[in-house]
Amino acid sequence: MQATSDEVLIGRIANGDRLAMQVLYARHHVRVFRFVVRLVRDETMAEDLISEVFLDVWRQAGRFEGRSAVSTWMLAIARFKALSALRRRPDEELDEETAGAIEDPSDDPETSLEKKDKSGTIRKCLTGLSAEHREIIDLVYYHEKSVEEVAVIVGIPENTVKTRMFYARKKLAELLKAAGIERGWP
Amino acid sequence: MNMINKEPERHEIEALLPWHAAGTLSRRDADRVEQALAGDRELSRRYDLVREELAETIHLNETLGAPSARAMEKLFAAIDAEEARSPRRQRSFDFAARISEFLSSFTPRTLAWSATAAAVAILVQAAVITGVVVKDGGSIAPTRLASQETLATGSYLAVRFAPQATAIEVTNFLGAYKASVVEGPKQFGLYTIKLETKMPADEVNKIVRQMQEESKIVSLVAVKQ
Repeated sequence: MQATSDEVLIGRIANGDRLAMQVLYARHHVRVFRFVVRLVRDETMAEDLISEVFLDVWRQAGRFEGRSAVSTWMLAIARFKALSALRRRPDEELDEETAGAIEDPSDDPETSLEKKDKSGTIRKCLTGLSAEHREIIDLVYYHEKSVEEVAVIVGIPENTVKTRMFYARKKLAELLKAAGIERGWP
Repeated sequence: MNMINKEPERHEIEALLPWHAAGTLSRRDADRVEQALAGDRELSRRYDLVREELAETIHLNETLGAPSARAMEKLFAAIDAEEARSPRRQRSFDFAARISEFLSSFTPRTLAWSATAAAVAILVQAAVITGVVVKDGGSIAPTRLASQETLATGSYLAVRFAPQATAIEVTNFLGAYKASVVEGPKQFGLYTIKLETKMPADEVNKIVRQMQEESKIVSLVAVKQ
């Protein structure tokens, strides 16, 4: 049986259909939440933000023109909300500080054990990337967004999307190298 | 192994590796990357690094959990509050949306065949109409004939739409009352609309009163004798 498409759900939401809103929420809320929580690093704030994101979807469904996928549109709204919230939170920890914590060369046994766990180290380094780099890596690898879709969500040209992804991966490689994992690239 | 000799081309292909691993490249680009990977061992090694990053990114995101029910409760409480303040929408039979939904349930191939069939039907119809007009020396008045024919059955109302009513609102309005426009606009912007089924007078009057309440869409509604 074919599931109702997101576009059809948006059409129903534009007409005030709450059930369609529930279906759309059930379908996308986890991914939107994860995208936001990776940006703001605060689960409570992320929960508040996704309520706002879906409320905007409810309000603006009638204006959705279908130029991009519904999930792309929602992630663009989520990104805007997350960045606005971060701007209102001046005590947001600096990304460089987070990265610095990973580069700690101490002989802490925990750190040594972590070095042996390559997967864990990669994940920790992914967490240590700047918000800009975390965002693009997540959009491409986890949210399965094409170059064009990332360009729409982030609001940058397609070539910049490719360049930013390249530099995000390069930074990841540097963090991995500092954590003792040499991958021979770049 | 034949490595890609042109460095810019290799760089371009390498930049596409993350999207190739995620399966979000166009068929054309995916083929280009596949060809390059087949002939370049170093590129293939770098692709393995990309796949490793992809796997760990998914793993990382999957450990982030999900929002609590609080987020959904907050959302629907906000929606309820908003609707209570300004019930901006009325449930109606959105004819255009239903057509769109109906069409979206077909495969592209089915739609293509349907479109072709519709195009042929229009051509045949055009040919027949042209034939009739030419034969009768252009003496017929199709609009008048059509309205006279439709006026013979059903219940009819005279309606003037409000200037601020949008096309979508008018479509929704007509759909909600199962009505269609059969004439107009005439003098003073009046249209004749036909209700789908012929009804007793008191039933028609009831519908007229309901319609008159929708002042944002219609400025005048009256039973047409």
